[in-house]
Order: sequence, then C-alpha cells, then structure tokens
Amino acid sequence: MSTATTPPEDDTAADYTPVPDRVGALLNRRDAPNRPSALAASLAFCWRALLKIKHVPEQMIDVTVFPIIITLMFTFLFGGALAGSTREYVQFLLPGIMVISVLMITMYTGMGINTDVEKGIFDRFRTLPIWRPAALVGALLGDVLRYVLAATVIVLLGLVLGYRPSGGATGMIAAMVLVIVFAFAFSWIWIMFGLLLRSEKSVMAVSMPVLFPLTFLSNVFVDPSTMPGWLQAFVKVNPITHLVTATRQLAAGTWDTGELAWVLVSCAVLIVVFGTISIRLYNRK
Amino acid sequence: MAHPSTAPPAVETSGLVKVFGKTRAVDGLDLRVPAGTVYGLLGPNGAGKTTAVRMLATLTRPDGGEAQIFGHDVVRDADQVRSRVSLTGQYASVDDDLTGTENLVLLARLLGYRTPAARERAAELLDAFGLTEARSRLVKKYSGGMRRRIDIAASILNTPDLLFLDEPTTGLDPRSRNQVWDIVRGVVQHGTTVLLTTQYLDEADRLASRIAVIDTGKVIAEGTPAELKSSIGAGTVHLRLRDPHQRAEAGALLTSIMGAEAQSDSDPHALTVRVGAAGNDAAADKASRALADLARAGITVDNFSLGQPSLDEVFLALTDKTKEASPA
Repeated sequence: MSTATTPPEDDTAADYTPVPDRVGALLNRRDAPNRPSALAASLAFCWRALLKIKHVPEQMIDVTVFPIIITLMFTFLFGGALAGSTREYVQFLLPGIMVISVLMITMYTGMGINTDVEKGIFDRFRTLPIWRPAALVGALLGDVLRYVLAATVIVLLGLVLGYRPSGGATGMIAAMVLVIVFAFAFSWIWIMFGLLLRSEKSVMAVSMPVLFPLTFLSNVFVDPSTMPGWLQAFVKVNPITHLVTATRQLAAGTWDTGELAWVLVSCAVLIVVFGTISIRLYNRK
Repeated sequence: MAHPSTAPPAVETSGLVKVFGKTRAVDGLDLRVPAGTVYGLLGPNGAGKTTAVRMLATLTRPDGGEAQIFGHDVVRDADQVRSRVSLTGQYASVDDDLTGTENLVLLARLLGYRTPAARERAAELLDAFGLTEARSRLVKKYSGGMRRRIDIAASILNTPDLLFLDEPTTGLDPRSRNQVWDIVRGVVQHGTTVLLTTQYLDEADRLASRIAVIDTGKVIAEGTPAELKSSIGAGTVHLRLRDPHQRAEAGALLTSIMGAEAQSDSDPHALTVRVGAAGNDAAADKASRALADLARAGITVDNFSLGQPSLDEVFLALTDKTKEASPA
C-alpha cells in the first residue's frame, strides 16, 4: 500500500496519544458553513495550483526555458535564409512563436490532471458537495498563470532581439491576452486526455502527434503561399493559422474582426466539446 | 440521532451490483448499517469491499440494485449524500505536495469556510491529531501513521454523519494502528457512523459492533463479532498434560465427554478439542466435567484454556464453505 513505504522515524508520531473526546468535539456542527459558490470553489483549486508552484518552483523551468530555446533557435536558424536578417525575421516570427510556445505547454495541464487522478486525491474532491467542474477549472486557472509567464518571457526576449510591434504596448498586451484565452480553451483537449488515459506518459505520447502538425502546419514560420495546394488547404482551416494571424494583427495595431471572430468561435467550440467530455469523464471516473 | 429506531439506517443496500468487464466485483450486496455504530466490512483482497464503499460514497455508479445513505439514494440524491459522508480511501487522499495546514485549509475552503475560519478549523484539527509540529511540512515527508492521521482529519473536517474508512490501518506499525483505533472510537462516540473495511479480523473485532463478512462481492455472514464466532462453534479447548505418556488416555476421555475429536498437537504434551456448533451451549459445562474426570483418572493437567474461536478461524471456515457451495 502507498502508506506502507518507508515510514520515516518521527518524534511527533511517537508522542501522540489521541484523546477520543477531543476528536469527537471536532465533530460538533456549530459553524458548519454553506457550500461555496462555483467561483469560490474554483478559486480554492486555483490556490492549490499556486501552492504547488510555490513548493516546487522547478516546474516553472519548462515554461521559461522551453520558450526561450525555441525562440532563439528558430530566429537564428531561419532568420538569415527567410528574411535576410534575424532582426527582420523576428518581426514576423515573434507573435507566432508565442502562440506555439504557449500551446506546447498546455499539454502539462493534462499531465497534472492525470497525476491527480492516479494519486486518488480527486476521490476526496469528488465526494465534496461542490460545483463539479471546479477542480478542473481551478487547476486550469493555476496553469493560466504559467501561460502568462511563458508569453511574457517570449515578448521580453523578442524585445531584446529587436522586435518592435507597431501596435505598441496596448497592441502587444491585447495579442498576449488573445493567445492566453485560446490556450485556456485549447487546454480542455489535454484535460480530456488526462482523464481518459492511464498515465502521464500516454498523455505526452498523444500530445506530440496533435501538437506538431497543428502548430507547424500553419503560417507561423513561413508564408503559406509557397506551399503545395493540398497543404495550403489544411493551413487555411487550421485554427492555429487564424490565431497567429489575429495575434500578429493585434500586435501590429491593425486587427480585423473576421479573424478575431474566427478565433473566439474556435475557443467556444473547444470549450463546449472538450469541456463537456472532460466533465463527463470526471463524473464517471 | 435522537430517534435511532425511527431514523433511516446510515446505509441500506439491496442487491447492489458492480461489474468490471467480466468480473462481478460486487454481486448482489445487501447491507444494513444502523446509525451511530462502527460497522465492519471484513473480507480478503478482491472481495469487493473497496468497490462497495466507492459506490456508497458516490464515486462509482452501481450497475444494479439500490443503495441509500440516511434514506438518500446514492445516484439520484448524490449531492445530499455527499453533504453527509466522507471517505478516507485506501490510498491516501491528501495532497503530497502541500503542507498539513495547506491540505486542511484547502478542504475547509472547499466546504465553504472563509479563509480565516478555514485556518482556525485547520489548526484545531492539526492540534487534536497531534500534527501541530508537522503543520508546515509537506505531507510527502510525513510518516505512514501521520499521513493516515491527516487523512482522517481531512475526512472529519466536514463533520460527516457517516465516515467511510477503507482499510485505515493497512501498512501501519502497531503504535500508529492503536492511534487510529482511538481516533475511530472518538469519532463514533460523537454519534458519527463509521463504516470500516478491513482485512484484519482483530481490528473488526475490537472496533465494530456488527460485522459483515464479504467474499466474491456478497455478504456471506453478518452479525456481532460474538455471533459470528459462535456460529462456527463454541470454541476450542486446549490442554497441556504433565506426562506426555498419558496423552492417548486423556484424548479418549476428552473425546467421549466433549463429543468431539481430541487432536494431538505437535507438542507431545498438548491436546486440542474443537467444540462444534452442536455442543455450543454446554461447552463450558462439559469442559469442567472433563477436567474432573481427568483428575479422577490420575492425569495431571498443567494448563487448560477454553476460548472462543478467533475471527481468523471464523473467516477461514466461512470462506471454505462458500468455495464448497460453488464448485467452479
């Protein structure tokens, strides 16, 4: 059993003699509160996610180092060939690389959910009379903080590399908000897989064949007009392409309602489809 | 529980079924747990205890039959059931990566306490469970016994009317086991019903006022510990003779008086008689007559005991019976 493994010697355990009366006294229903609202319950779970970051700060490495690596890698790898100079290329690449990096780390949300399910902690949450999706929504709200951090790291690095968005600070912040909203919606795919699959490793294994084609077969790195027709057809309907276009436009201060609507509708569809499936799975587990 | 006679029982199930693939993990379970008691579900690994508890705690949906908790159906009135029960699972259901305080504050907040009240409640619980010193340590650094305690503390935070304890002492050292037993006594003293699953017969014997013995997803016997023991016989007589050469003679004498075969133990001085269910009432009487006769025959007895069968013996006898009844 899990509790049987290596119980360390402990003084407090030896000294303790339970007093049945005191334990019984805790069961007095004197100030039993009302059940919390959906928001309060979600925020409590969000607090849990933040505490975990506080206790294991190393987990923030993947949201800071990974975005830095891919931004540098692609800027210097393709910059000279595709745009003549890295400084030129980073103007084109940065919004897209922000989209890719943030979406790549959404996968960790699913891995986190999977770990919780495997450990049995969700059993406790599921016997509480609270708004059912709160545990999932709260965990995701905690992860949103990671997405914000990753997006910020990339923008700062971009500024260092010479990226100058013409939309100014307002445009750039609007672009970051859009990416994070989309990432929130997109994460429900991983929450579903986290609940559906048996181990963290399987979540990771499923994520690669989904994430790579979706993110790379888009307009992030190059203009799709040089691609073969069948590929252009895919790139055109890929929601990531629309997200990248809308993000570029916002950062440049020239957005177009059509693209924004496309992105927001995709968000709604992702949440409705994968959110519903996830909550079903969560209730059925 | 002011009117235990009129109030609905804490747990009532009829024909409860859960199927996993081809295995009928729970196969027509009928239980009735009176409120305000400790009720033991006793059975070997894989008997269906955990699955049964998970259905009663609204974690798993039954495939057949009915289950009510204080009169509320576990499927239709799941939320009402949830507001009255708490579960301490077989696998620690606290968060390893949080401290003791954080775990309890989180749960208190989820039960609707505002943060200051949640902190106060957490401190009270940590204190009563002897975890004040360890409150700021991550739970993954706790010993097995401390983990169990924080787990139970988390389970009574919502002042449940019914507490499920799924194998609460599996893997604990004797001292921690005793601590958990004392906690359970405290919980039930206050009127909370405890449904305890265990594979340890002495645990059920010590804590539970009634026990259901479960095997292959069904109840195969039910009653008080004493009833279960007497159902397979009044007990066992152990004798130790001073002179091993008199064993044959003593054995014949015992067999005729007790009405049951005297068995020779590996110790050449010892004799054992298992008194069957038929000789139930008069076992003590017969044993004292046998002792007098042995003395008259000049056989010196150094040591004598008449005891009820242990629950282990009950358990083995009962599970053997089911195996014979259903040839696979």
